[in-house]
Amino acid sequence: MAAFSKVLLGHGSGGRLSRDLVEQIFLKGFSNAALAPLEDAAEVTLGGARLAFTTDSYVVTPVEFPGADIGRVAVCGTVNDLAVKGAVPAALSAGFILEEGFPAPLLQRIVASMRRAAKEAGVEIVTGDTKVVEKGHADGVFINTSGIGLIPRGRSLTSASVKAGDIIIVSGDLAEHGVAVMNARNKLGLEGGIKSDAAPLNGLIAAALKVPGVRAIRDITRGGLATVLNEVSGACKLSAEVAEDAVPVSAAARNACALLGLDPLYVANEGKIVLFVSPAAAPRVLKALRAHKYGRHAAVVGTMLREKKPQVRLRTGIGGSRIMLMLEGEQLPRIC
Amino acid sequence: MKTSAAEKFSSPLWRDRALAATALAEMETLTARAAAKTGTTVNFMEVCGTHTMAIAASGMRRLFPKGLRMLSGPGCPVCVTSQGDIDRVLALAAVPGVIITTFGDMLKVKGSGGRDLQALREAGADVRVVYSPLDAVALAAAEPARQVVFIGVGFETTAPVIAGAVVRARKAGLKNFSSTAFFKLVPPALELLLSDPENRIHGFMLPGHVSAIIGLAPYRFVTEKYKVPCVVTGFEPLDILAGINMLLKQLAAGRPVVEDEYFRAVRAEGNPAAQKLMAEVFTVSAASWRAIGTLKATGLSFSKAYSSFDAIKRFRIPYSDAPEPRGCLCGKILLGKALPPDCPLFGKRCTPSSAVGPCMVSSEGACAAWFKYGG
Repeated sequence: MAAFSKVLLGHGSGGRLSRDLVEQIFLKGFSNAALAPLEDAAEVTLGGARLAFTTDSYVVTPVEFPGADIGRVAVCGTVNDLAVKGAVPAALSAGFILEEGFPAPLLQRIVASMRRAAKEAGVEIVTGDTKVVEKGHADGVFINTSGIGLIPRGRSLTSASVKAGDIIIVSGDLAEHGVAVMNARNKLGLEGGIKSDAAPLNGLIAAALKVPGVRAIRDITRGGLATVLNEVSGACKLSAEVAEDAVPVSAAARNACALLGLDPLYVANEGKIVLFVSPAAAPRVLKALRAHKYGRHAAVVGTMLREKKPQVRLRTGIGGSRIMLMLEGEQLPRIC
Repeated sequence: MKTSAAEKFSSPLWRDRALAATALAEMETLTARAAAKTGTTVNFMEVCGTHTMAIAASGMRRLFPKGLRMLSGPGCPVCVTSQGDIDRVLALAAVPGVIITTFGDMLKVKGSGGRDLQALREAGADVRVVYSPLDAVALAAAEPARQVVFIGVGFETTAPVIAGAVVRARKAGLKNFSSTAFFKLVPPALELLLSDPENRIHGFMLPGHVSAIIGLAPYRFVTEKYKVPCVVTGFEPLDILAGINMLLKQLAAGRPVVEDEYFRAVRAEGNPAAQKLMAEVFTVSAASWRAIGTLKATGLSFSKAYSSFDAIKRFRIPYSDAPEPRGCLCGKILLGKALPPDCPLFGKRCTPSSAVGPCMVSSEGACAAWFKYGG
């Protein structure tokens, strides 16, 4: 772990640098048992009830892009952080930091989009806050959402509980959100109609959890599948082996990534999860996922293995194999 | 949904496992035959950084026959840029009021003072990542009060695009757009490698993208004068396996020629329009190569007619011949004389998030490929 003197853009990438930032400054500063596992939501007990509690801030340029907008992502991201812990989302908050001059009609569209996403997820935004800063002191709009949810009795989904032999299932096509935003941001004019996958996944997750044997679920956001697998591998001290052929990526997203020199396994998603399930449960979980509209392309992508030196490995399409590290900083588009 | 043009180039067939297994089995036999000729391990060089990355990402190195080794060559644009030229880029970024526009790869290459463009940006310099030099021209048009500089580096692939941007800026009468022209040419780089008596290269996997521009003729000297096999190769896993097998066959038969495996993209005559654009805006000149030095007629700089677009001249940036970082083996790696794990800094002091040399910085760099994918 490298000490750093200043916050870099890479510290926000969701990869190894983000981990450094959290561990060296926040984990050290706030140290407590609920925070320590660094999962998508913390678990707190209140009056005998087990609550999942999470918060996330959203900054994205442009604020609207094909398939979604900052508001939809802000609601879905927080709903999903609760749902992957097995919690039933109960209520959300929303805080807005607005830059002076931000167009009111655009803000109305964002709010309407948040309401639609919340309705779909079956939650309400019950409290909020606004601050306006001088022009130039923010980039249009920043949104923070927090959420609480109830974890049903007897349910426990943690990365540490993943076992050797467990099957890794991904809920659908990867890399769509990251490519859609990059395409919109830089007006790349990529073909194929790639749209952000931002979606509330609590319904999908509830369907999967009807099958006993799901040990952990993670949402695959910044840093992509490769980064999440490294985090889980670190927590359960097992290797993850993924078959490249099996990872669902649409042809359009694959081509866009090839053009930009990006690896789809490291690109952000806002509506995809990875599940770690017992081998016996895998076929039924897969079936449950595929029956849901947000899980139609769900696929078994790999297995967890006990090995002396746990690592995350990709079996490539042509039969080779290579390691997959955590994202190191930002993925930068290449020169040629 | 419209079928993208890219489909043709990256259909799943190019990653088909059964076809790959057939190609690898053939490679086994061919390597044995070729090794009988060379009497040693067969060393091929992939000249292009995109090949380096594709080989590593597909995990095929572990599938190669024992007697075959792929060496990375001097084909990563960031990697071959000399320390002095990097320092000049940083000097440009320090000119008050200038907007630096660059491809992302250049952000994290350290100058001899240990700072990179990213650090200058954090300290207040206006540095923006663009996806095309045309974006930089558009920015110049939108910001007439600012000077917009594009950081032009690379080979015959990027040079025509930047030439196109310069021509557009001239047509639009933009006085506030300029670019660097730290361009390198691939054929002279091959000559440089071959003229070294210590070279151990038995064949070149030639870059598909560069060849799509320059065609096949500029490589003839490699097979005619140096008798070294050449195959222009595409970037999908099966392209690469096929390219290697074609090289092995040439080697075993003792008949070196310039072959084109990537004929779905590369024509023998190249791209005449791009060649014309390059010839109009640039002229063949000396270039400074990392760890090699300044060599005559190995690069491109602005032609007389377009010299007013040369950012180095416009801002009077002095020449710099700063040395490369100590202990860094980038130079040897670029020449195929060392592999990334041979470097004492590799994976220790030098990692992608804290890189010492450019081969670790660039996403196309040999060290980055070995680090990220484990070779």
